[in-house]
Amino acid sequence: MELSLLTVCYLIGSLTFIIGLKMLSHPDSARKGNMVAAVGMAVAIFGTIFLYEEEGKKLGNYEWIFGGLVLGTVIGVLAAKKVKMTAMPEMVSLFNGMGGACAALISFIEFDHIKHALSDGLSLQLHAGTLITIFLGLIIGSVSFAGSVIAWGKLNGKIKDFAFPGQQIFNLVLLAATLVTAGYLVLNLNADNYWLFYGIAIASLVYGVLFVLPIGGADMPVVISLLNSFTGVAAACGGFLYDNQVMLTGGILVGAAGTLLTILMCKAMNRSLTNVLIGSFGGNATGTSSG
Amino acid sequence: METILNWVQTHIEMIYIVVLSIFLGIEVIGRVPSVLHTPLMSGANAIHGVVIIGAIIVMGKVEPGNYIALIIGFLAVVLGTLNVVGGFVVTDRMLEMFKKKK
Repeated sequence: MELSLLTVCYLIGSLTFIIGLKMLSHPDSARKGNMVAAVGMAVAIFGTIFLYEEEGKKLGNYEWIFGGLVLGTVIGVLAAKKVKMTAMPEMVSLFNGMGGACAALISFIEFDHIKHALSDGLSLQLHAGTLITIFLGLIIGSVSFAGSVIAWGKLNGKIKDFAFPGQQIFNLVLLAATLVTAGYLVLNLNADNYWLFYGIAIASLVYGVLFVLPIGGADMPVVISLLNSFTGVAAACGGFLYDNQVMLTGGILVGAAGTLLTILMCKAMNRSLTNVLIGSFGGNATGTSSG
Repeated sequence: METILNWVQTHIEMIYIVVLSIFLGIEVIGRVPSVLHTPLMSGANAIHGVVIIGAIIVMGKVEPGNYIALIIGFLAVVLGTLNVVGGFVVTDRMLEMFKKKK
């Protein structure tokens, strides 16, 4: 990407995210830090809408984009303003799930393009790396979405703890099967097996549900923090897909900071992450899927 | 294997960004006091809403007749906006409460 105004917008965005996170971790500056990051986000978003171009072509479908932005803003502000103080963690979890879903949907559309090309019999020069990022975005985004919705339901008491014997093993097998299938598709994608993509999406959603279901309600903030860092990584996958620096820095920053924050939260409760993730019900501690 | 190496080669700058951002992310919040854990989580939650930029790009590139892609893209933009806007507003409300208590 040559140096353009958009590059500068993305630079501003990345910088404000870093500064915002830094300020958020000090009591005196926390609120300002949040504002700083929000301003940077606005710069990055509007920069993308008005300045992004690929091969000289600007973005189209403005009415859809702005429609989505307005609708999302109205619902988002109303939901965030109306929520009771005590219900805030569950709201955060829900918003986090939305981000995860967004990442997964991006993978869906990107895959849709590939699918069309495949069924038209075009020979695609696909980078394995592109496919890997599409699949990672799909898997991580879906797990984060499903897990966050379950966490939200648990915090507001709509969903009860649920575990069945051998769930840990089942989860691990499911995750392994999903990853192996994704790996297989990356190497052998063709017009006959592309439907496996949707299988991966469903398996990831199921995994997200089963991953959070057995964890006790008191440990939910830790789980939300973990899912939060997952979504960060999913966002970073999008950064790779579009060579987009601000998505990459934002996503990875949150991924790294979120992982550390998860560990710090565990420490504050005198627990270990392993303990939270698999210790909630007695049983076979075969693996620590701390991902 | 070769394609993967090629991919690494073309994305080498991105890979540098990833590695450095990981360390930066860990350093930047290393000394957060435990009272700020939840607001920080919420703030970070809003920041990963940058994923909306991907949704906007994808949406802007869809051919106007492809309604399935348009609808999925529209949904992605709405969800991403929810994440960003809701995330920042909730964080602000949390921190506001925090200040009153002090």
